[in-house]
Amino acid sequence: MAKTAVKVENVSVMFNLNKEKIDNIKEYVIKFLKRKIRFTEFWALTDVSFEVKEGERIGILGFNGAGKSTLLKVIAGVLKPTKGTVQVNGVIAPLLELGAGFDMNYSGSENIYLYGATMGYSRKYIEERYQQIVDFAELGEFIDVPVKNYSSGMRARLGFAIATAVDPQVLILDEVLSVGDAKFKKKSEAKIMSMFDKGVTVLFVSHNTAQVRRLCTKAVLLEKGRVIASGTADEVCDIYDSKVKSK
Amino acid sequence: MNTASKKNKITGFFKNFWKYRFLLYEIVRKNVKLQYRNSVLGIFWTFLQPLMTTLVLVVVFGGIFGKSNEGIVCYPIYLLCGRLLYEFYTQSTKRAMRSIRLSASVIKKVYVPKYIYPVSNVLSNFVTFVISLLVLVAMVLYYMLFTDVELVITPYILLAIVPIIILLVLCTGVGLILSTLSVFFKDIEYLYDVFCMLIFYATPIFYTVDALGANKWVQMALMANPLYSIVSMFRSCVLFGEMWNWNHFAYACVFSLVMLGIGSLAFYKKQDKFILHI
Repeated sequence: MAKTAVKVENVSVMFNLNKEKIDNIKEYVIKFLKRKIRFTEFWALTDVSFEVKEGERIGILGFNGAGKSTLLKVIAGVLKPTKGTVQVNGVIAPLLELGAGFDMNYSGSENIYLYGATMGYSRKYIEERYQQIVDFAELGEFIDVPVKNYSSGMRARLGFAIATAVDPQVLILDEVLSVGDAKFKKKSEAKIMSMFDKGVTVLFVSHNTAQVRRLCTKAVLLEKGRVIASGTADEVCDIYDSKVKSK
Repeated sequence: MNTASKKNKITGFFKNFWKYRFLLYEIVRKNVKLQYRNSVLGIFWTFLQPLMTTLVLVVVFGGIFGKSNEGIVCYPIYLLCGRLLYEFYTQSTKRAMRSIRLSASVIKKVYVPKYIYPVSNVLSNFVTFVISLLVLVAMVLYYMLFTDVELVITPYILLAIVPIIILLVLCTGVGLILSTLSVFFKDIEYLYDVFCMLIFYATPIFYTVDALGANKWVQMALMANPLYSIVSMFRSCVLFGEMWNWNHFAYACVFSLVMLGIGSLAFYKKQDKFILHI
């Protein structure tokens, strides 16, 4: 039996929604004196549980505000759940908003090491993959130019190249299959497919059921922070499609 | 059981730190490199900046308001010692304070141990501070070789590393406290700017406490400032060639460690909430 790659157990996340954002002392004191600090509880996720086995590809479906991004943040370890636990076995590579870890004044090659370190890799480890990253990103001589002068496509390409060069065991895809121009899109899809073949575990967030059917083996449907359906990709996509129609 | 889970947490902390030590290194490297990139004089600013500001202070307080420096052996060096330490303190704590906010885009997307950001900013300032100490060395050499000012250089000068380490601990502690606060209250940054100005005058950088002739209460208030103790220790070693006052040593040590304790605890307790506010 395959080992568990990601295990989400009874995860709930609560946010305090205050009507106006208070972020300085002045407002805080005024509001406090007027006794106007009110919080409304908002549960972005309620009692979410599922398990992903090694090598499985799971699609996470749901309408806007269903809690998909919150769930991904919890799995990536960025957000701590209010209740419940998340277990991830192996290296996790989030492909959410590529290039978030770049420093704009730093050149492309310097950013490769910085980004690698942000993901927890050593300089030596990145050095071994440096050439592969540069080749894949197709930046040519731009690699020594500060990233602030890059086009957004170049930035995304570099981010994608670094994130996929490190052989992660768990890959989080947040609709990033549309990186760069048509040519690079094809290349990045091929890269992701080759990672699929190697047996990487995938968490894929999308609104596009056709893509989910094509790429995923299983799926989970979220609504208002709860799992309302889970099963094979086709089953769940059918439910999602019928929900879209009935709206 | 409770102690076992506590022990687990502590070993987990060190394991995690060991994994992300490269990030600490890369950020320190980045900050030092970027600070002087695109400026013609590059790294020389590290020397020029304290030299020029000291020159201004010498002219102002040595010449125009010349009273405060009576009885000081070598006023420019006296000034430079205080200024270098003060500059390191304010720059590193200010940068640490802003570090969490400035790294928001990373913190929101990828898991990283967040304390890396304030700590690495203190460390990168420490690197430039150590480089700028060369100015002090150059100035001491100049006064020894080309003037007849009698500087007392003794082996105690090697002990100057002790106040520097105490200062580093203090900056890390204060940096952690400020970075936590600034996530929740943005205006702490403006308040702290004013506070730093106060510290500049409350630390005997351009005057001596004895020359002030202030009453007992004012003197006590000045002594409460840990930078006063640290600067005094540093000057004892470098300028006066003698052992520091052990009261200063005890006070600075205790104060810095308490700050580090409070800072680590506050940061640790609040770090999971950062993402909701940045």
